Amino acid sequence: MAVPLLSVENLSLNYHTRQGLVQAVAGVDFEIRHREALVVLGESGCGKSSLAKTLMRTLPRNAGRPEGRVLLEGEDIMALDEERFRRQVRWLRIALVMQASMNALNPVVRVGEQVAEPLRVLRGWSRVRAQERAAEVFDLVGISTDFLTRYPFELSGGMRQRVVLAMALVTDPQLIILDEPTSALDVLTQASIMNVLKRIKREQGTSFILITHDVATSSELADRVALMYAGQIVETSSAAEFFREPAHPYARMLMDSVPRLHQEARPTHIPGQPPSLLDPPSGCRFADRCPQRFDLCERDPGAFRKGDRRRVRCWLHAGGSQLS
Amino acid sequence: MSHATSAARVDADQPLVEARDLRTWFELRQWGFMRLGSVKAVDGVNFSLRRGESVAFVGESGCGKSSLARTLLGLHQPTEGDVIFEGQSMARLGRRGMRDYRARVGYVQQDPFGALPPFLDVRRILAEPLKIHGVGRSERERRIRAVLEEVRLSPADDYLRKFPHMLSGGQQQRVVIARALILEPSLLIADEPVSMLDASVRVEILDLLYRIQQRRELTLAFITHDLSTVRHFADRIFVMYAGRIVETATVNELLDHPQHPYTQALLAALADPDPDNALELREVPGGEAPSLLNPPPGCRFHPRCPKHMPGVCDVEDPENFEPRPGHLSACLLHR
Repeated sequence: MAVPLLSVENLSLNYHTRQGLVQAVAGVDFEIRHREALVVLGESGCGKSSLAKTLMRTLPRNAGRPEGRVLLEGEDIMALDEERFRRQVRWLRIALVMQASMNALNPVVRVGEQVAEPLRVLRGWSRVRAQERAAEVFDLVGISTDFLTRYPFELSGGMRQRVVLAMALVTDPQLIILDEPTSALDVLTQASIMNVLKRIKREQGTSFILITHDVATSSELADRVALMYAGQIVETSSAAEFFREPAHPYARMLMDSVPRLHQEARPTHIPGQPPSLLDPPSGCRFADRCPQRFDLCERDPGAFRKGDRRRVRCWLHAGGSQLS
Repeated sequence: MSHATSAARVDADQPLVEARDLRTWFELRQWGFMRLGSVKAVDGVNFSLRRGESVAFVGESGCGKSSLARTLLGLHQPTEGDVIFEGQSMARLGRRGMRDYRARVGYVQQDPFGALPPFLDVRRILAEPLKIHGVGRSERERRIRAVLEEVRLSPADDYLRKFPHMLSGGQQQRVVIARALILEPSLLIADEPVSMLDASVRVEILDLLYRIQQRRELTLAFITHDLSTVRHFADRIFVMYAGRIVETATVNELLDHPQHPYTQALLAALADPDPDNALELREVPGGEAPSLLNPPPGCRFHPRCPKHMPGVCDVEDPENFEPRPGHLSACLLHR
């Protein structure tokens, strides 16, 4: 079988806080193949943004050293030193669109220059050549090239989000990580950004990790879905499996909590709250809120294999073979 | 206040609140003196809300929905037009009248943490409006406990001494709702009450608001950008675009038979979770919402409208048409 584009093995990350050690990412495994879009779905505080920052090595100071392995086409990029990671991986092979990064554009630099900057810094391209490439990616994300010489304040929110996307695309990376790329945007703008992403995926063959809390939006791009809860991935499924027949009790309850336009069924909420990551339970982390809990749930279920690529972290699915 | 209640009993069919050609404009100046014109945030809005009705104002950012809410709350002076509350014109209320009016209208803010003073505990937060309106100490305590029960923060003793930062987002929003309810208003205005909350908590808060609205027979005006949340929590919808109401109907009628091209575009852009969504591009009208400084002439949606009739839509200002019974749409296609 071909080597996956990215494979993450048993990744963990802690933060040191005044209250103690917070386990934000607790043993996460997944893989992404070439041309595939993986949605990492989860509610706030589940560790999904920490996961993105760990992959890009842009962690804040109070983060501990991540554990586990991250293989990019078979090469362990966690083992690279900082300088080699910067020269070889960050932005050249994996780019990141951070949450609200459209508001982080430099206000006094023309957007064309900002988009071209990674090429000049990382590839040493001339200004002219980098600008030509910037014009190409502007086309790709659907902004007129007239806008290359504009400043961020002259652009609307949707336009700035496209600029940020252009910046991620300019080096033609294999993988783009998108952290809540549309959550601050209006419905129509959101839909047109999702259209841009779909087109890029189809035409450029870029792989995506889309990190979001929004179930409906996630279905716009997903080939596969990894659902996170309290620092762990509780279910990994194909989009068809996940949106039609979610397996984990949390996944099912989350799907039932989504209000739908074209359905009469009233959405229901999930009682209770996620556990504190300062002192997470040793067993299943969803057990306290789970209507189907039973005695086994006191112990950590680990991920059970269901079919070829489906994984469910729940004792109810113990029929499959256990991974770890 | 007692006078208003007895008047209400006499005339139950009288609308609770009406907006008549309401306009709220904000003057825009550069460097403090150069007049650049007015931002016409609310520009000719008419509606009337019945007692005990739950309505949703839906629109994208910059359509004027929050300015409308703040005008209804008396926080902005209308530039033109009037708000009629229980038959009384808001423009004619004096200082005292305004204070009584504010007791009759509750406000649930968007960002619960920002809306709660960080240095007051829950008891003080809830006591403050009662003190302002001269409620005595023992009655205050009774009402605070009752309202905490009502928003399901029970037992009340667990929460009375908590400060906002000690509560979860959902609990903070319950405190905001409790504060909005404590003076027993007859109109509750909720401006994006769940947009800052997680998916699984959203439904819980919307359910709570809806139940309170039903039990107290309140009028609830619920302001949101998210059409998918309204089906179960509102009776009627007003769709706003560029400072105006473009379409009005009961919830199911509007969602199942949208008439205005803008509403149709909004609905087409929204996804219900489905794996097939990833396979196709969505129809999205080009362009962006117009500047409210210089809105386009004629129908304000015409520059983006896929059904735009040149020479008609860019000239004539559409009035409300009734393409289906009880269903109003401000689009010249219905003429």
